[in-house]
Amino acid sequence: MTDVDSIPQAIGVKVNVRLENVTKIFDGATAVDNLNLDINEGEFFSLLGPSGCGKTTTLRMIGGFEEPSGGRIILGGQDVTYRAPFHRDVNTVFQSYALFPHLDVYENIAFGLRRKKFDKSVVRIKVGEILDVVDLPGFEKRRVSQLSGGQQQRIALARALVNEPALLLLDEPMSALDAKLRHQMQIELKAIQHRVGITFLYVTHDQEEAMTMSDRLVVMRHGCIEGEGSPRDVYDNPATEFVASFLGASNLLAGVREATEGARTRVILTGGTTIRVPTSRLPSALGGPQLKVGVRPEKISISTSDVNSGDSHNQLRGRVKVSTFTGVGNQYLVETSSGVEITVYAQNIGEALAPRSGEDVTLTWPVEHTFAVVPTSEALTESEKSES
Amino acid sequence: MSTDVVSEAVIAAVRPSRRPRHLGRFALPTYSWLVIAYLVFPIAVMIVYSFNRVTSGLQLVSFAWNGFTFQWYRQWSNIPGLTSAFWLSIRLALVSTVIATVLGTMLAIALVRYRGKKFRGRTGFEQILFLNIAAPEIVMGASLLGLFVTFNVARGFVTLVLAHVMFSIAYVTVTVRARLSGFDVALEEAAYDLGANPWATFRLVTLPLILPGVLAGALMAFALSIDDFVTSNFVSGTNVPFPVWVYGASRVGTPPQVFVFGTVIFTIGIACALSSLVVAKKKA
Repeated sequence: MTDVDSIPQAIGVKVNVRLENVTKIFDGATAVDNLNLDINEGEFFSLLGPSGCGKTTTLRMIGGFEEPSGGRIILGGQDVTYRAPFHRDVNTVFQSYALFPHLDVYENIAFGLRRKKFDKSVVRIKVGEILDVVDLPGFEKRRVSQLSGGQQQRIALARALVNEPALLLLDEPMSALDAKLRHQMQIELKAIQHRVGITFLYVTHDQEEAMTMSDRLVVMRHGCIEGEGSPRDVYDNPATEFVASFLGASNLLAGVREATEGARTRVILTGGTTIRVPTSRLPSALGGPQLKVGVRPEKISISTSDVNSGDSHNQLRGRVKVSTFTGVGNQYLVETSSGVEITVYAQNIGEALAPRSGEDVTLTWPVEHTFAVVPTSEALTESEKSES
Repeated sequence: MSTDVVSEAVIAAVRPSRRPRHLGRFALPTYSWLVIAYLVFPIAVMIVYSFNRVTSGLQLVSFAWNGFTFQWYRQWSNIPGLTSAFWLSIRLALVSTVIATVLGTMLAIALVRYRGKKFRGRTGFEQILFLNIAAPEIVMGASLLGLFVTFNVARGFVTLVLAHVMFSIAYVTVTVRARLSGFDVALEEAAYDLGANPWATFRLVTLPLILPGVLAGALMAFALSIDDFVTSNFVSGTNVPFPVWVYGASRVGTPPQVFVFGTVIFTIGIACALSSLVVAKKKA
C-alpha cells in the first residue's frame, strides 16, 4: 500500500483512478496491453470497444476480480493492485446484475452496509433513501424474482451506490434491457450520477450509449486505447481509422499528403481530387505520406446544382446510387467518379427536391470538418465496425 | 336456446375425435400406479405385519394374519440386542452423514470451481468418484476389512464411520455438484464486491443457494448409512448395527420389533424427503 504522492494534476481536478502500464495476459494471450489511464473524481467515464477489446478485463482488474500481470492500479492515491475486492472502496453493477435470489430487495441492498457493521436503524434509513434515488420506493419486501429487468437493474445500482464507494464500476448494465428502456435509463443514470457525485466507470460496446452519458471516454481495441477524450473530441477528431468507423459512421478516403500551407494541408485522393485538411488534425504519428481523409456523413451537403463553395469547403462529385428516406432525413449512398462510396445524411427540413438515384450531385463540406487518420493495415472485422 | 344447440352441434362437429387421447390419458397413469405398487408392496407388507398378533409361543414373525395389535410398538425395546443395534445405526448414520456432507460439499465446490492449473488431476479424481459409486460393495467391504486387519485397527464404531463416510462422499459430491453447476459465479463476486470476505460469502451467499443440494446429499448419505449391510458386516466389531443384527436374527426367526423399527425408519425417511422437497421449493 504505497502512497502515491507525485501525481501531476490540473488545478481543481483530482485523479480518482490511475492505471499505470496495466497489462493482463491470459494463457499467453494479451487481453490488456500496457494501459495508462487517468479517471478524474466525479467523472462519468466510459470504456468503449468491441467484444474482446479488453474493456471488461480492465474493469475487473479495477474491481479486484482479476490480478494484473503487470502495472499498477491506484485508487484515491493508494496502490490497490493486489488488494482483494472486499478491501477496495469500489462497487460494481454486474452485467447479469447478480442480485442475491435468496434475499429480498431490502437484504440485497443492505448486504454491503451490514458487512460494514452499520447500525440497524442507519441501514434502514440508507436503504430507504437509495430506493428513492433509483425511484423504487416501497420495494423493500419484494423478492428479486418478482422484479422486471429494469427494476432489477435499478436495485443492482442501488445495492452498489448505497455503500457510497469512491468509484462505481458498471459492466454493460443495459445490455439486457430493451431499446426504449435503455434510452430512458441512460438519461436517468446520468442524472443519478450527477446527484450522487460518485465517479462512474462505464463499460459498453454501444457507442451511442457511451457518447450519451460520458464526460470522457476511451475507445479500446486489442487491449490498447485507440482514442481518448470527450465524446465530441473523439467523434469529431478520431485518432485512428478504427475509432472513426467504430464511433459513428465515417467516410474514409485514401490519399497522399501533398503540401502544408499554413493551417491547411493538401491531400490528393486516389481519384485525383484535392482535399484540404486542417493541419492541426493530421495525426501526429503519421509515418509516410499515405493517409486516409475522413468526413462524417452528416457534415456533408448534397446538391444537384453546381456549387462553387470556394476556399472554405471541400468538394467531391458523384452520382447517387441509393437514396433512402428514414423519416428524420435522407440517407444517400453516392459513388464518386473514382468509384469510392460515400454516405451522406441530410436532415428532413422540408426540402422539396431531394436528389434521386442516378442523379449527379456535388458534395461539399467545410474544411474544418475534415479529419485524417493513419490507415490501418489490417481490415476491420464486422464486429469492430459501428453498429449504427 | 336454439342457437346454443346449433353452436354446440358445430363445436361437436369441429372438435377432433377424442378417443386416442382417452387411451393415453389412462395408459400412462395405470402404468405409473403399477410401478408404484410394485415398489411399495414390500414396504406395505412390513408395515402391516408390524401390527400382526403372534399366537405361537416364540415371539417371531409369522405371515398368517392373527389380528391387529399395538403390542410390538408398546414392547419396542424388549429385545436388548435389537435396540442397541438400532441406536448404533442411528448414531452411525448421523455422524457419517455430517462428515460425508461436509467433505462431499467441499469436494463438489473444488471440482466445479477449480479447473486446469488450479486443480491438477481433476479428471482422474472424477473417475475415482464414479469408481467409488460403481464398485461392488462386497469388494470394498472385504478390502476394508483386509486393510483394518493389516493395520491392526480394532473394528468398532470408528471403523464403521470410516467405511460409511467413504461410500457416502461420492453421492453427496455428485448431488451438490449438480446444484452448483447452474450457480452464477457473479453472485459470489458481488458479495466480495460488497465487502464480504470469502467465509462470509460462503456463509451468506453460496451455502444458502446450494442448500437444497446439500440437504439432498445429506439425506442420501443418511439413507445409505442406515440400511447398509454389506460393508457394515465386514467392518463392525462385536456391536453390530441394525441391518447386520436383523440379518443375524432372521436366520433363527425375525422378532416383530424388527418390523416396528423398519416402519419407524421408513416414516422418518418419508418425513425427511417431504421436508427437503418443501425446502427446495421455497429456495427455488
